[in-house]
Amino acid sequence: MSEYQNIFTRVVVHTPAYPGVALGRGAGWRAGRGSFSYLLGKIGDAQIGPVYLGFTGVASLLCGFIAIEIIGLNMLASVNWDPIQFVRQLPWLALEPPAPSNGLRIPPLAQGGWWLMAGFFLTAAIILWWVRMYRRAKALGMGTHVAWAFASAIWLYLVLGFIRPLLMGSWGEAVPFGIFPHLDWTAAFSIRYGNLFYCPFHALSIAFLYGSTLLFAMHGGTILAVSRFGGDRELEQIVDRGTASERAALFWRWTMGFNATMESIHRWAWWFAVLCPLVGGIGILLTGTVVDNWFLWAVNHGVAPHYPHVFPATADPSLQPGGAP
Amino acid sequence: MNSLRSTARLGSLALLLILGACERPPVAVEQHGYRGVAIEENQNPRTLAALKRANAVPDVVPVVPGDGPRAADTYQNVKVLSDLTVPEFTRVMLAITKWVAPPEQSCGYCHAGDMASDELYTKKVARQMLQMVRDINSKWQNHVGATGVTCYTCHRGQPVPAKLWYTDAMPNRAVGIAGDRAGQNAPAASVALASLPNDPFTPFLLGSRDIRIESGTALPTGDRHSIKEAEWTYGFMMHISDALGVNCTYCHNSRQFKDWDQSTPARAKAWYGIRMTRELNLKFLEPLTATFPASRKGPHGDVGKVDCATCHQGVYKPLFGAQMAASYPELQGVLHPAVAPATTAPAATSGSP
Repeated sequence: MSEYQNIFTRVVVHTPAYPGVALGRGAGWRAGRGSFSYLLGKIGDAQIGPVYLGFTGVASLLCGFIAIEIIGLNMLASVNWDPIQFVRQLPWLALEPPAPSNGLRIPPLAQGGWWLMAGFFLTAAIILWWVRMYRRAKALGMGTHVAWAFASAIWLYLVLGFIRPLLMGSWGEAVPFGIFPHLDWTAAFSIRYGNLFYCPFHALSIAFLYGSTLLFAMHGGTILAVSRFGGDRELEQIVDRGTASERAALFWRWTMGFNATMESIHRWAWWFAVLCPLVGGIGILLTGTVVDNWFLWAVNHGVAPHYPHVFPATADPSLQPGGAP
Repeated sequence: MNSLRSTARLGSLALLLILGACERPPVAVEQHGYRGVAIEENQNPRTLAALKRANAVPDVVPVVPGDGPRAADTYQNVKVLSDLTVPEFTRVMLAITKWVAPPEQSCGYCHAGDMASDELYTKKVARQMLQMVRDINSKWQNHVGATGVTCYTCHRGQPVPAKLWYTDAMPNRAVGIAGDRAGQNAPAASVALASLPNDPFTPFLLGSRDIRIESGTALPTGDRHSIKEAEWTYGFMMHISDALGVNCTYCHNSRQFKDWDQSTPARAKAWYGIRMTRELNLKFLEPLTATFPASRKGPHGDVGKVDCATCHQGVYKPLFGAQMAASYPELQGVLHPAVAPATTAPAATSGSP
């Protein structure tokens, strides 16, 4: 039983290092000749490298390094350059966006200027990395599915930190860089705009998020369960359905009456993953720009139910005679 | 097999470390609101018992007959309790000595050799505080109800209440061009260790900055409250929650924090409490700035001020709602209003016979 539920790869193939396909003209160079790691072979392919960075890879890493430096050094400065306090308080530390009073102007460095700069370099790093993924996929003659899935995540990132603040006319609407601070920001965002749980796009996003994990578990589980019949050779089984494929299909038809195919399951998984940040980004973009209070919006559209009163009616004291706000 | 055992041992150690920050069960959940809306309070019977012991009320100072000459006529320099009779006045002095003064100093904590002298700052502060207690009990019943307060509600036998706040307890901004904390992002006890703005007191319990940041309309109609303002309100609410030992849902239906129609009656009490605390700071505590010595002030030279925790100290009703003030009518406000001094003739416009 436990034999088939090992979390580590059970088969590690030892071959001469594979250097990859020939590169086209002007495509730069690969670093290293390839080496092997026993431990990495336990969770993936044991071969490390050769690595291809190219212009976009180098530029992306450089921009990312600058962004992390700006964020990290600001955090370190906020604890008066004390490395012990930096470690102790790290989950609380942050680089905050400019105050709302700055609007879309560029404030002094200490009052949000660093945030703008870090955001610029982080965005540059992410977009350069996207270009790199797209071009590497093309260079290998692959489809660009991974790049577009990544683009979906970039969309949500840009909505939160750039597009929505632009539409709202204030950098102060954007997310701080920090571990607890961005979580507290999320809760404050939901409270300010009347409970994001009543935003249908938020609901869809959660459905796709949980759906992704469900599909991941179902697919991973199915393939591992039939790998003893060769089920892990998925690509071959797409066109030449063998006993592994038949058993897996039969299993799902017996348990839920319907089954995906060796190919379609990957389309399901890809779309669920892509739609999670895609619809989430739409929800964020509409918040404050088109809808100001999602609960009241949901009441207007018959979504939010009314619960019976349990307590005696409580009136707003600020509306009572003599009640000041 | 050995490696499996050591892995299991490591795993359980890690689990212990993670759970170390959690409270040991059991947790008793008490539902208050309609089912499914999570309007409920969590209490741990074990910590509740400890909290109840810490909030025990001291024995009542024996009641004295109300008759007798007025304190103001008998003693010199009686300014606040001037309406009391001598026995009542003495009873208040006995109580205040027990509730506030250090035992080794007793009366001498406030009184110099001459009892009438205002030489010690503690006496001037005590006078202001007595006025404050009477003010709370007579004017702020929409918050303290019929329960009221005594000196003990805050002091608990200590000359300085355990829970006070001073301006700018946490560093707000770093010196130089980097490291701006924007008044937040530190593990501050004032906001129950959240990374929220950590001085929720100055804007809301001294100033009257707008607490209501949630939009009142489904579609935008020009409400420009920012997310950062929401974080300030959120930090303040964390303080209230922590000070009272309750959830958000003690007052609010968390599906729509702003809606009074879905809130519990406790929210109105809290609304008055915020206004009361603000007024106490402005009317009674800040005016004492010149009276207090530097050693009693904060790092920025301001006096200790009150917040929700000063009275509540982790309990939803201070001292679990013990009817302590009822035993001290002397502190409820002016007990014997002075007889109006005889005037030579009624006002001409009154028209009364």
